[in-house]
Amino acid sequence: MKTAMDIVRLARHSKRPTSRDFIEFLVHDFVELHGDRRFADDPAIIGGIGFFESIPVTILGHQKGRSVQDNIRRHFGMAHPEGYRKALRLMRQAERFGRPVITLIDTPGAYPGVGAEERGQAEAIATNLYEMSGLRVPIVALVTGEGGSGGALGIGVADRIYMLANAIYSVISPEGCASILWKDSGKAPAAAEALRLRAVDLLKLGVIDGIVAEPGEGAHERPGETMVQARKTIAAALKELLVVDAETLMQRRYAKFRAMGVYAHGDGFDGLF
Amino acid sequence: MLNRLFVQCPQCQTTHFISFFKGAHYVCSRCGHHSRLDPPHWIRQLCDRGTFRPLFANLKSLDPLEFPQYRQKLEAATQAASGWEAVVTGSAEIGGMALALAIMDPGFIMASMGSVVGEKIARLLEHGADRRLPVVMVISSGGARMQEGILSLMQMAKTAAAVRRLHERRQPLITILTDPTTGGVTASFAMLGDVSIGETGALIGFAGPRVIQQTIGQKLPPGFQTADFLLEKGMLDIVVPRKHLKSTLVRVLKIHRTRPFPQRMPAKEKPLS
Repeated sequence: MKTAMDIVRLARHSKRPTSRDFIEFLVHDFVELHGDRRFADDPAIIGGIGFFESIPVTILGHQKGRSVQDNIRRHFGMAHPEGYRKALRLMRQAERFGRPVITLIDTPGAYPGVGAEERGQAEAIATNLYEMSGLRVPIVALVTGEGGSGGALGIGVADRIYMLANAIYSVISPEGCASILWKDSGKAPAAAEALRLRAVDLLKLGVIDGIVAEPGEGAHERPGETMVQARKTIAAALKELLVVDAETLMQRRYAKFRAMGVYAHGDGFDGLF
Repeated sequence: MLNRLFVQCPQCQTTHFISFFKGAHYVCSRCGHHSRLDPPHWIRQLCDRGTFRPLFANLKSLDPLEFPQYRQKLEAATQAASGWEAVVTGSAEIGGMALALAIMDPGFIMASMGSVVGEKIARLLEHGADRRLPVVMVISSGGARMQEGILSLMQMAKTAAAVRRLHERRQPLITILTDPTTGGVTASFAMLGDVSIGETGALIGFAGPRVIQQTIGQKLPPGFQTADFLLEKGMLDIVVPRKHLKSTLVRVLKIHRTRPFPQRMPAKEKPLS
């Protein structure tokens, strides 16, 4: 039985297929598109257009590096505001031409830095949440590795959300959580457990729609078979979503996120004003 | 603090007579430091006397993840905040104009956003949309509520989508960002205001200053992430000292109340971009 921390390690495995690997496998005639038209091209997010089976799609995702150097250039898949704005530009373009959007989530989080704050990291993510909630074309999201907090959700507001079996999706990293709670990042394994960040946990909590199986030890060991499973899942989702009219699609997407959360109705209010 | 005769400015340690301090809107006359206010004080600051009516006040947090120590934390916070959660929502009048109002309370687990905060904010925005009321929010928050894991992250998507609902009914969201506004709250509804007001001196950002300092390994520039810094970087509309907040709000609300050419507003035009 794998512990939550084992899964965290698998989700971060350096040999795990990246978004580029998924795009190469899932999409043919891919044309990568660059830049946010505002400031720069963020290598931590890649995206473009191509055919998924015979459907023209826009596909984008966080991109971790394949080597140390590549990782430094791509900030380990941590996007800046320009990355989120590039993603939004591509999604709006998809909407204009009626293409469904596939997003691939794999990031430790949005980049925490001076430039990111200066250029409005919070505004960029907030705007993506706002715009994605009203995008008039189907959106399918797949968490392939690390779903790190707001940086993940910034491209994660979708009609269908799936996770690979060894992916994680969390509000905070186990290390960050442990250092806040117990002032000791070494207690990350306990935090990983408490945060319920595994695919099976999220399915139980009603946040995701399904889990994509990873054969054998995981996607790093058998990437081809994992990606075949991913393709099947995405194809089935698109088949369902492409026949839904835009109004209904948007209503359902609203209802989906509107229903998330667990709370109780108490017996009223005892505060004074 | 309010039961004593004197009070000390937390920034410059100057001692003030409580009655004078109150008259100065809890702003230090020596250094200009704005003390944090709890919701009852904000209501007295902003609302016309006796007009505030709480809404959705019976929503109570649960512990869906069975997160270590969360129940105890909630209980302690609930007692300290005399019954309300990290946000108080309601209807009120300001300058004789009706509106929907949310006030976050950093005294309640740092006004972190869990399911209840997300639900109350979403309900308030829907209330504004249904009743055609402008929505005003006095925001402060440490970010997402870690103890509710992924469910708290999803409140970002839920609240951002609800802002869209308000905009579809052509009502404005006016946000007042107070000290501190960070994390998942900044990266969702806080950055989606039609008019964004920063309170003088407030810390506003996505990543916390400590996290950024750890990442970049150097000192942060002076004034980084203050309201004035955000104004300079184009992320806020105005920075207003507390004593001018109400009069500013009245002006902004008045302008939005008047619709010079209602017939020119297409019903289904895409809101905000």
